[in-house]
Amino acid sequence: MSSLPLTAVPRLKPGVRRRFDPARGQNVLLAPERVLMLDDIANAVLEKLDGVTSIGSLCAGLATTYETDLATVEADVLALLDELLSKGMIRT
Amino acid sequence: MMPPPPLSLLAELTHRCPLQCPYCANPLELLKAGAERDTAFWRAVIEEAAALGVLQVHFSGGEPTLRRDLAELVRHAAQAGLYTNLITSAVLLDEAKLTTLADAGLDHVQVSLQGAVSATADRVAAYAGAHAKKLEVARLVPQLGMALTLNAVVHRQNLEELPAIIELALDLDAGRLEVAHVQYHGWAAANRAALIPDDAMLAKADALVAAKREELQGRLVIDYVLPDLHADLPKACMGGWGSRFVNIAPDGRVLPCHAADSIPGLSFERAGERPLPDIWAFSEAFQKFRGTAWMQEPCSSCALKDVDFGGCRCQALALVGDVTAPDPVCHRSSHHARIRAEALSEAAAPPPEFRFRRM
Repeated sequence: MSSLPLTAVPRLKPGVRRRFDPARGQNVLLAPERVLMLDDIANAVLEKLDGVTSIGSLCAGLATTYETDLATVEADVLALLDELLSKGMIRT
Repeated sequence: MMPPPPLSLLAELTHRCPLQCPYCANPLELLKAGAERDTAFWRAVIEEAAALGVLQVHFSGGEPTLRRDLAELVRHAAQAGLYTNLITSAVLLDEAKLTTLADAGLDHVQVSLQGAVSATADRVAAYAGAHAKKLEVARLVPQLGMALTLNAVVHRQNLEELPAIIELALDLDAGRLEVAHVQYHGWAAANRAALIPDDAMLAKADALVAAKREELQGRLVIDYVLPDLHADLPKACMGGWGSRFVNIAPDGRVLPCHAADSIPGLSFERAGERPLPDIWAFSEAFQKFRGTAWMQEPCSSCALKDVDFGGCRCQALALVGDVTAPDPVCHRSSHHARIRAEALSEAAAPPPEFRFRRM
């Protein structure tokens, strides 16, 4: 498993899009031959991937918004982003 | 009860194609241009599919770039929020046409390869200069901001080129490579002896893909479609009949799978004559093998029946003569040993000439 540093600035790869799916009432990530159903946490992370914000500052923002321990947020966000990186859906 | 909506629409805009690959997934009885549906038909289908819950549309064929309305249909699908994928041989594309498609909102282009070098690839496609043209077009896809997949159908006459195919995917900046062993339906079934690899060739390819997947994780996604006849467990064909995919043929018939019209006695309704959600949920063709109630033994009591759904119905019919029989790829089928032995004896003999796909 690849491992992203907190300083990395990830963004969705070209040809990968996030949208709300009204038929299923949830957000989805659409990629070549792939559909990922996103839970609210994954969606909150992905909507902050703007190609400018680092993972570290993204996590700090989420920890403040959700009043959660920063170390826990960082562990969860890195696990999600590492998975998306290995699936070819994001790049840095 | 309403079934969950499909995720994907396979829009087979035409059966026309300049290539003549001997494993073509189109039926042996190809539809001519006169049977094709017009732009208004496909626009309406796209709207219905999006409303039903389809998330991705795959523009396919034949060769979909033969349709002059392709960019308009891509734009219409993109405006409906659909993820748009073009499945193409790429031989009729150039930078101007590809730019028009990118501007229309095309997300993903899937370019077929018939080999890693022109000598092999152009012979399999029966089209001089195809391979060089494909590489030229494929290289432009990521440069224009779209995702690129290379799709290589592999068989005994090109499997040795698999390492070079993987290198090509990296060189062309493809995010995804699909290595698909031939599935023996239609034209491929007619050419089986010319295409089927032996166990040793297959084992080498399996090992290479496993190693490259590990090495290239995060750089290149490699999807690997295994060959049925060397296996002991069947695939969940189409992810389950009437479960994920809806396929619309060039003449507007709505099918659970692009090969489903090889099943005699199954009638397919046409889009535009009944609402697509009704065809999906209630038509005879979609209900026929949806779920597990139609199964016979040993499928009906099998622990894997909700995993592989009994395998492929077309294959059961073609190889066993019974559309509700277990897919004979399964080791529990009473026909499994005989069918595997027949296939391997073909692989051991020299390959016959190709019977090329022609109208």
